[in-house]
Amino acid sequence: MKSIVPRYTREIPQRARLEGAKCLKCGHIEFPPRLVCSKCRHREFETISLQKTGTLLTYTIIYTPAETFSMQSPFAVGIVELDDGVRLTTQIVDVPLDELKIGKRVEMIFRLVQKEGHAGILEYGYKAVLTN
Amino acid sequence: MIGIVGYGSYVPCYRITVDEIARQWGKKGDDIKNGILVYEKSVPGMDEDTITIAVAAAKNALKRAQIDPQKIEGVYIGSESHPYAVKPSGTVLVDALGIGPEVHVADYEFACKAGSEAMYVAFSHIKSGEMNYAMGIGADTSQGAPGDALEFTASAGGSAFIMGKENVLAEILATYSYTSDTADFWRREGRMYPMHGSRFTGEPAYFKHVLGAGRGILKKTGLEPEDFKYAVFHMPNGKFPLKAGKTLGFTKKQMEPGWVVPWIGNTYSGSSITGLSAALDAAAPGDKILMVSFGSGAGSDAFVFQTTEAIEAAQHLAPTFKEMTTKKRIYLTYGEYVRYRGKIQLND
Ligand SMILES: [Zn+2]
Repeated sequence: MKSIVPRYTREIPQRARLEGAKCLKCGHIEFPPRLVCSKCRHREFETISLQKTGTLLTYTIIYTPAETFSMQSPFAVGIVELDDGVRLTTQIVDVPLDELKIGKRVEMIFRLVQKEGHAGILEYGYKAVLTN
Repeated sequence: MIGIVGYGSYVPCYRITVDEIARQWGKKGDDIKNGILVYEKSVPGMDEDTITIAVAAAKNALKRAQIDPQKIEGVYIGSESHPYAVKPSGTVLVDALGIGPEVHVADYEFACKAGSEAMYVAFSHIKSGEMNYAMGIGADTSQGAPGDALEFTASAGGSAFIMGKENVLAEILATYSYTSDTADFWRREGRMYPMHGSRFTGEPAYFKHVLGAGRGILKKTGLEPEDFKYAVFHMPNGKFPLKAGKTLGFTKKQMEPGWVVPWIGNTYSGSSITGLSAALDAAAPGDKILMVSFGSGAGSDAFVFQTTEAIEAAQHLAPTFKEMTTKKRIYLTYGEYVRYRGKIQLND
């Protein structure tokens, strides 16, 4: 089995700290970071911490998840727009599913995302919770 | 002046009531509630563990300290439920918070006392002049065996304290520890649930050490119970801390703000220190607070704090204990609870 450790380690700045890359020419924020700005093709960026609050743009309820997530079923996955305009796909947790609504405010938190089987590593990263 | 420059707690939003657990085992909920003075307990979400709880508590401590995480030179996490048997919890936390890599990190373990131990180590590094800022954290997601008495109280939560010498919110006036080899509670390597010495857990363990540390620090400082605004004792249940406090001469009024166990249960390494966090939420400048932890095995750490003028401005920079534990609560059935706690086994 191919180990997920190298990739997990590489992605810690994004998954654990929500670090994005802000284009030094046009100000566009790339998340995850890219080598070339998708708006102006510039190649120089500064590392920034994304806003930890945002709005729920849309969501869906997963009833038939991949095996790793079967214990959590059913659960919500949505697209969140952070207050700096960055959009990301994330699990929305700690909420009765009938309380979810498009447009609700969210906060990004740090949680366990999945376990690599019974003996592998624990993968942590961001998820969203409702704040209103 | 050396002491706490930032503090914060985190308690998961899930709860199970003592009535619901009692119903599962055919016991009378009222009898149990009267016996232990606990009504419900927190339960970690399926994606929460000691690491995520420590991170959430530490984020709140950073909000109150208002310092750059990069300035923190030591991070110590105490827990009896570190997610890995081998691999530190602290490394995940520092990377999640943007601390380090120039940072000293260690995980601690001493049953329910591991959190105050981490605080003591962080404090000592500041006192020695070795570091400017260090963080001590206690967090747990403890389990009681199904049907065991501990199942009514073993819960999840934690608190974090940043120690420093500038803009101190609560000065540490004294510390005192009291420790002896006492087999009141243990869990062998590879076992899922702990064992306990039943009646051996009270007088020879909890009371001997909590009272030993309480009396010791009062003698060391020359302070009397009436000199304190608040007193917090480790809370394995609701009754023990009230009895210990009363024996030492403290009133219920002094203990009430930090007596957090009835609605969240025993958060183990996060227990007495979360009581301290709740007492700090209520404190006014100049208040003295006594905290005595207890860890089976067994030992107690006692601290005397005195809040400063800076406490009031810091209290609302992060959610208070009361806000956090009353704003959102999701109640679980016993069936949901066993699923949340990973007690349901599936084939691979
Ligand atoms: Zn650009």
